[in-house]
Amino acid sequence: MTAVARRTPPRRPGARSAWKRNGIPWLIVGPFAIVLAFPFYWMLITTFKSTNELYQLDRNPFWWHEGVTGANIGDLFHNTPYVTWLENTLLIGVVVVAVTLVLSLPAGYALARLSGRWGQSMGVGIFLVYLIPPTLLFLPLARVISDLGLTDRKGSLMLVYPSFTVPFSTWLMMGFFKTIPRELEDAALVDGATRIKTLTRIVFPISLPGILTVVIFSFSLVVNEFIYAITFISSSENRTISAGVPTDLIRGDLVLWGSIMASILIPSIPLAILYNLFLEKFIAGFTGGAFR
Amino acid sequence: MLAVYLAFTDATSGSLHGNWVGLQNFTDEWKDEIFRRAIWNTFLFTVASQIVVLLGAGILAHALIRDFRGKWILRFLILLPWAAPIALGTLAFRWILDPTFSVVNWVLVHTHTLGAFCDVTNISNCSETSPPNWVGDPTLGKLSIIAVHSWRVLPFATVIFLAGIASIPREVDDAAAVDGATGLKKFWYVSLPLQLPIAIVALLFGIVFTATDMAVAYVLTHGGPFNSTQMITTWSFTTGIESGRLGAGAAMSLYLLPVLAVVAIGMLVAARRAEVA
Repeated sequence: MTAVARRTPPRRPGARSAWKRNGIPWLIVGPFAIVLAFPFYWMLITTFKSTNELYQLDRNPFWWHEGVTGANIGDLFHNTPYVTWLENTLLIGVVVVAVTLVLSLPAGYALARLSGRWGQSMGVGIFLVYLIPPTLLFLPLARVISDLGLTDRKGSLMLVYPSFTVPFSTWLMMGFFKTIPRELEDAALVDGATRIKTLTRIVFPISLPGILTVVIFSFSLVVNEFIYAITFISSSENRTISAGVPTDLIRGDLVLWGSIMASILIPSIPLAILYNLFLEKFIAGFTGGAFR
Repeated sequence: MLAVYLAFTDATSGSLHGNWVGLQNFTDEWKDEIFRRAIWNTFLFTVASQIVVLLGAGILAHALIRDFRGKWILRFLILLPWAAPIALGTLAFRWILDPTFSVVNWVLVHTHTLGAFCDVTNISNCSETSPPNWVGDPTLGKLSIIAVHSWRVLPFATVIFLAGIASIPREVDDAAAVDGATGLKKFWYVSLPLQLPIAIVALLFGIVFTATDMAVAYVLTHGGPFNSTQMITTWSFTTGIESGRLGAGAAMSLYLLPVLAVVAIGMLVAARRAEVA
C-alpha cells in the first residue's frame, strides 16, 4: 500500500511544487547545456559576421555590430570545393549504408537462429572485430589500398568503411532478431510463406528500430571518420567533409573562420535533428540489441 | 594480421615489403622519448576526460529522466556535440581557443579576471596583459584536448545512462521503499549496483573513443608544441604517414592492443552481468 501511495503522490497545483518540478532540473541541466551548446552558438555568430568584425577585440564579440552577412556562406559554396565534399560524403555514405545492410541483415539473422555454442561464440568474435579501432589498421590498410590501385579514389573509402560497420551492425541485428519469437516465423511458414517472404514481411519490419540504428550508425561513421579519409585520399576533389575542411580550408596565413564555421554548421544541423528524432529508437537499438 | 607483420619489418612507404627486423621496432620505439610521452598522454587524456564524462553523464541522466517543462530543448542542446563530425567540432574549438582572438580570453580580459586566472593556474607567459595561448602552451594544450574529448563523449554517455536508468523496473524502487531504503542509502545499495553494468558500458565506449581517436589532438594542436601533446595515434600517424616509416608507425599503434583487450573483456563481462540483471 505504501508503495502505491509513494508512486503517485497527491500533487496539489501550487507555485512551489511547480517550481520544484520544473525549476530544479533546469538549474542542474542548464549550465551543462550552455557549455555543451556554446560552440554551436559561436559558430552561428561567426558564420554571419563580416571577416573584418571578427578581428575587432574592442567590441562585445557575442553579437553582431555591423549587421548580418551571408558573404561567408557564399564564399564557402563558390570559392571552395565544399559542395564537392558534401556530394562525396553523401555518395560514400549511401554506398556504405547499402553494403552494410545487404551484408549484416542476413548475417545477423543467421547468427541469431544458429543455435548452440557456435552461434554464440561467432557473435562474440564478430563483436571483438568491431573493437579493433581504425587507428590500429590505417597503416597496413594503406598498403592494401595502394596494392589494389585504389589510392586517392573514393572507392578506397567505400571498400574500407564497411569493414567497420558490418561487424558491429551484424552484432546489433543479431541481438534484435533474437528477441523475435520463433513461433511468429513458424506460424508464417505454416501459412505457406516462403523463408524469404517471412523475412521481408515479418522479421525485417519488426526489426525496424534496429535497422534504423544501423543506418544512422553507418552514415555517422562515414561523416565522422578522419584517419582513413586523410590517409587514403590526397587530392582535394575526392575528400569527404571531415577530411576536406580541416586540411584544405585552413591552409596559409589567412584563415577564413566565417566560412569554416559555416562548413561545420551545415552538416551538424540535419544530423542533430536526425539524432533527436530517432533518439528513442537509437536507445532501443543500442540496449535492446546489445543486452537483451 | 598485416599490422602485426609490418610492425616487425623496416618497411618504408615506397618499397613494398620490408625486411624482418624482429622486435627492433618495438624496442626502438620504447627508447623514443616522444613515444613514451605519447603513451602517457594517451593515458592521461583518456582517464581525465572519462572522469569528467562519467560525473557529468550521471548528473545529467538523473535530471533528464524526469519529466519537466521544456525538457526537449535542453535535451536537444545537450545532444548537439554528438551531431558535429568530430574533426569539424574540434576545428570550432580551434577558433574558440585562437591564440589572438580567443573568445575565452576576451571574457577573461573584459571581466578583469585574467590576472587572477594566471596566478591560480601558474602558466608561463600569462599575465594581465598577455592572455594565455590555449593550444600553444604544453599544459593548456593538454587541458584543451581533455576538454574537447569530454565535450565530445558526454552526450553519448548521457544517452547510454538514460537508457540504463530507464531499464530499471519501477518495482525495484517500490521494493526499496517498502524495505525502508531512502535517499543516499537507496542510491548506494539499490540504484548504483543496478546502474553499474550500463555505466561500465558507457565507460568502455568512452575509453575506446578517446584512446583511439586521432582527430582531436591532430586538429587542435597537431601534437605540438614540441610534441608535448602527441598521443599514440597522432605520433604513429606522423611517423607512419608523414615521415613514411610504416613499420615503426604500425609498431606504435600496436601498443594500443593491450588496452583494447582489457576493454573487450570488460565489455563482455558487463554485457553478461546486464543480462543476468
